[in-house]
Amino acid sequence: MAKKAASNLVNMLLALTLIAFVASLALALMNNATKETIEINKQKKVDEAVQKVLPHYRDMEAKADTIIVAKTDIDTVQFKREVKGKEVEYILTRYTAYDEAGTLVGKAIESFDNNGFGGKLRAMVGFDAEGNITGYAILESNETPGLGAKADKWFQTKENGGKGGGAQVIGLNPSVNKIMVSNGKGDEKGDVDAITGSTITSKAFCRLVSIAYEAFCYGNDAEAEAEEPAEGENVEGTDEAQADGDTEAQPAEATK
Amino acid sequence: MKTTDIIKNGLIKENPTWVLILGMCPTLATTTSAVNGMSMGLATTFVLMCSNVVISLLKSLIPDKVRIPCFIVVIATFVTIVQMVMQGYVPDIYDKLGLFIPLIVVNCIVLGRAEAFASKNNMFHSLLDGLFMGLGFTWALTLLGMVREALGSGTFFGHSFIGGNDGMLLFILAPGGFICLGLLMAAINAIRRKTAK
Repeated sequence: MAKKAASNLVNMLLALTLIAFVASLALALMNNATKETIEINKQKKVDEAVQKVLPHYRDMEAKADTIIVAKTDIDTVQFKREVKGKEVEYILTRYTAYDEAGTLVGKAIESFDNNGFGGKLRAMVGFDAEGNITGYAILESNETPGLGAKADKWFQTKENGGKGGGAQVIGLNPSVNKIMVSNGKGDEKGDVDAITGSTITSKAFCRLVSIAYEAFCYGNDAEAEAEEPAEGENVEGTDEAQADGDTEAQPAEATK
Repeated sequence: MKTTDIIKNGLIKENPTWVLILGMCPTLATTTSAVNGMSMGLATTFVLMCSNVVISLLKSLIPDKVRIPCFIVVIATFVTIVQMVMQGYVPDIYDKLGLFIPLIVVNCIVLGRAEAFASKNNMFHSLLDGLFMGLGFTWALTLLGMVREALGSGTFFGHSFIGGNDGMLLFILAPGGFICLGLLMAAINAIRRKTAK
């Protein structure tokens, strides 16, 4: 076996410098090679989620009259809300979908909540033009497997693997229904059955949906007034849409 | 040293999980399902193989006093490569394992093999040692994951074999992990001793 290099200062410096240099070179090359794929993957995940949560049929009950989304506008909605005693700034991406005739068919909002059981919970939430929830897809979750991680199915319709009954959020409208867990106390009692053993995750999910609904309404005077408390009002982002109360003709500025 | 010895050592005789009891953190954390355990094991195997080879090649160039930082830089490089590749090509598994991929850097098995084996043996033996230590870790994690998944969610590699989707939640959570690990370790060591006689 070759003799080991002696542990003098020059050798130590040389060895460390050389190894660190080669390592950083290798990582730089690798980063270059994978960067694009990673970006594409992230984008694909978001695009698929938008597709999934937007309404697919005009007649949801009968699954008839398929909607073809012809155009999707992307804008950013920005506002602050107090969550659990802390002010949180929400900067949410909103995808507004129109059919061939230019009629609004729905919106998908990428929303999040920081107070899941495992930290941040991020999901895409879809609404039809009236604000009924048409779907959701979890994008990022650190919830416990077997408990909170069930959130990706639990609140869906029964045929999509959800629990069904009171647990289903699909079809609820936040302007009518209270998107809060049904085992909450007093003011916090709502219309959604929490995941068994995962009330914290369920609460985070409900907050996330409510925030998404605020973003859905944002820029729409008629609904905004009916729905929103004035406190912590909107810090304007890029959205200049002061709509005329007509949900269907809302101009949304693309700020990609 | 015979190649068959190296193979046997990694898989059974000095199995990192059941015998050396190394790397317990990823063992308990990532075995909530068989697929997760297996992916974690394979990622670690790749890092072990590569770091063992490089360290074995560099062993005469690295002065003794700075060997640990040198080893760690080599290991961290391969872990970061694994992380980027997984993020790029198997994003679903990467999302599930998340934090535990970068934590392979501090897995005692990897540094342990570098120090105990690769820095003293030739490249070919180090490669084999890395491969079979890694596979030893992988089968242990997969088995533990299978048991926990079967008891905890009633599925086998994601396929449900009992009606409904409710299992015994305990086995998915940390206490169940410890219980399964302990019982399996006892059983495997009992078998090992019997066959060794």
